[in-house]
Amino acid sequence: MADRPLSPHLQIWRWGPHMAVSILHRATGDGMALVGLPILIWWLGSIASGPDAYATFASIMGSPLGMVVLVLLSWAFFNHMSSGIRHFVLDIGGGYEIDTNKRWSIGSISSGIILTALFWAAIVLI
Amino acid sequence: MGQKTTLEERYGNKGTALGHVRGLGASKGGTHHWLMQRFTAVGNLLLVGFLMVSLVLLPNYSWATVHNWLSHPVPATALALMMVNTFYHARLGLQVVIEDYADTPGNKLALMLPVAVLLVGGAAFGLVSIARIALGGE
Repeated sequence: MADRPLSPHLQIWRWGPHMAVSILHRATGDGMALVGLPILIWWLGSIASGPDAYATFASIMGSPLGMVVLVLLSWAFFNHMSSGIRHFVLDIGGGYEIDTNKRWSIGSISSGIILTALFWAAIVLI
Repeated sequence: MGQKTTLEERYGNKGTALGHVRGLGASKGGTHHWLMQRFTAVGNLLLVGFLMVSLVLLPNYSWATVHNWLSHPVPATALALMMVNTFYHARLGLQVVIEDYADTPGNKLALMLPVAVLLVGGAAFGLVSIARIALGGE
């Protein structure tokens, strides 16, 4: 790296919902890529391998720790989906006014939590 | 700057203004990456949405139930497409993170290569698993 001044970093800005939604989008995307996809193909591989392999998968992911991981992954998906849809709106040039931006930032974070709760309610009830 | 000059005075008489600057930015390119990230995002919306709705609708998660569900053509096709789409989207996303945090071209390459290999390998493993479930019989 060239020895030159760096632009001000995170600590200098007043924290706002637009920053939270941005870093959550990245964190949930990385979480799904690095944890979610390996679990997804483990699941598919265990189904393909037969009942014994599937039982191993089910006992580990069905354990309390496994369930916490699954709930967090489902939240990662719904959060990333909500802020991703927000990105589509920003891509077409909408939602940059400060009030609107703040409202949709809070909205997409809330939407991620609400959809996760609805998803697990549906899993339990249906 | 500020003085009025013609294009020819600024750039000579060969090529267009765009031609003189294209590819000179720090990233070299990026439009295709940006577009593919959006296209695969729309695909993920549909395909992962299909998986989530299916998980809700499955009566239970025993091996027999899940295996039978995934042996049908529509779920198998959707999940096969999902393998390609999610792993592609993940590769594009991880690339952006690596470009943001890895400081030298060498470090970028050293991180991008294993990421690309693991993601292509993971997608292939998922596709083979789905193929075995869908085509392998009992």
